[in-house]
Amino acid sequence: MIPPVAELTGVSHRYADVQALDEVDLRLEAGQVTALLGPNGAGKSTLIHLLLGLKPVQSGTIRLFGEQAPNARTCRSRIGTMLQASGVQDNLTVAELLALFGSFYPNPVDRDDLIEEAGLVGLENRRFGHLSGGQQQRALFALAAVGQPDWLILDEPTTGLDPAARRRLWQAVQVRRDAGASILLCTHYMDEAQRLADHVVVMNHGQVMHQGTPDEIRRRVPQDRIRVRSSLDEAAVRALPAVQHAERIEGGWALLSSNGADSVRALLVADPDASRLEVIGADLETAFLSLTETEPTSIKDAA
Amino acid sequence: MTAVNASLHLIQAQWLNLARTPSYTLPTLLFPIMFYGFFGLLMIPGQALWLLCTFATFGVMGAALFSFGVGIATERAQGWLMLLRASPAPVGAVIAGKAFGALLFALIIAVVMSTMAAVFGGVRLATGQWLALAAVLVLGSLPFCLMGLALGLWLKPNAAPAVLNLIYLPLGFLSGLWIPTMQFPKFLQGIAEWLPPYHLAALALDVTGAKPADWAPSLIHLAVFTFAFAILTALGWKRLDGTRG
Repeated sequence: MIPPVAELTGVSHRYADVQALDEVDLRLEAGQVTALLGPNGAGKSTLIHLLLGLKPVQSGTIRLFGEQAPNARTCRSRIGTMLQASGVQDNLTVAELLALFGSFYPNPVDRDDLIEEAGLVGLENRRFGHLSGGQQQRALFALAAVGQPDWLILDEPTTGLDPAARRRLWQAVQVRRDAGASILLCTHYMDEAQRLADHVVVMNHGQVMHQGTPDEIRRRVPQDRIRVRSSLDEAAVRALPAVQHAERIEGGWALLSSNGADSVRALLVADPDASRLEVIGADLETAFLSLTETEPTSIKDAA
Repeated sequence: MTAVNASLHLIQAQWLNLARTPSYTLPTLLFPIMFYGFFGLLMIPGQALWLLCTFATFGVMGAALFSFGVGIATERAQGWLMLLRASPAPVGAVIAGKAFGALLFALIIAVVMSTMAAVFGGVRLATGQWLALAAVLVLGSLPFCLMGLALGLWLKPNAAPAVLNLIYLPLGFLSGLWIPTMQFPKFLQGIAEWLPPYHLAALALDVTGAKPADWAPSLIHLAVFTFAFAILTALGWKRLDGTRG
């Protein structure tokens, strides 16, 4: 049996004034894409830094690949990393950076294959600083993958990218997964988790709140989004059964309801002229927001 | 094998980086060279050899302090250092990469200033003396690399250049690199003997025959200084683990 890539038992981490991780128990299975979700300050970055041995373990134990020591060079050479602030020396070319990071690993991949896979064909001799945002992220992904690591740790790999660039990076991640790599994906984007992850871990306040497949997480929250054109005032809308949250949109309302059917029935009674009714079941994002008890910043953009 | 390969690639990356950043590289190299041209050759005639030794010491010290001090502080802030620390690259290879950048600077400064001294200052030395001077200057920049590294690990990137200048310029002056210590008041002469650049300059002055010196005390001074900053570097490196970034 293949041991899990990481096994955390009772891991806590404290900064001067903040409990960043609080007794975290977690198993990250080999061969899976695990998405790590959580609001800012949930402890995701601290968790990643501990896994990478960038910080000492204060309490609890971490086993990587079934071994005890997360700092050991043998472990590092099995891990490829894409961090949020890369600060890559931007006057080095893509090819030079790949050669540099390849030199850190015992068995670097064939450069041309990787350039093809990461969508960097024709950009080999371009300096990192002259790449577009999407190209830079793909180059950073290539740096993470160049050592043929068993485990890829990707910290918000698509933040700030346009949809097309995100899709290209997702493809590259999927190619690695299909090649048998385990992947830890830390992300703010629920569609990214939904699309890529086999397993979702939701963190908040330094603890693992929920975990399961994306569908399991989604189903854990009975919640529907309703959008409707209606002249009802705020008091009337909030008085509808099962409505948890109401927000004005042009000519009507965007609502979150714990029971869409009940809310809609009452709505149509209260305002027979209501039109353009849309009801959408919970997606991973709604589930996530609900599970981490964060007020949705805006449900206008929903769906 | 991987460690050697990684070191070579990191050294190459550092050299490429320096070569492609002329806005940093040229001023760093030109500053001490220009200084030597004005003071060593134009303003104070007849002292070309003495001032070659002291201004070159000043130059290699500056290149080491700034390329390490500002370089590491900046790379720390931008995340490059963290990416390297998360990679399998050995710590020694990461430091070697930067050190060879500073050593290359030191070599360029030594060669350019020596050439100026020979061509414009009429300085004549035996081949062995030229080589010994270059060796003293290049190897002698290592303690200052370590000093820069330690400071770079502790200083904020925007504070680093100012703080380094505040250390660099007085240290150079008080060590008698601009004006020989013989012309200092007595109490200042006493201070100079406790400063590492004074001792590196003493070695340079000795190998060129400008002023004979006893090597043992100067080497001990430089060794103790190096050791002290090695400890500060180790503490600073460990501190990276504790920061939240």
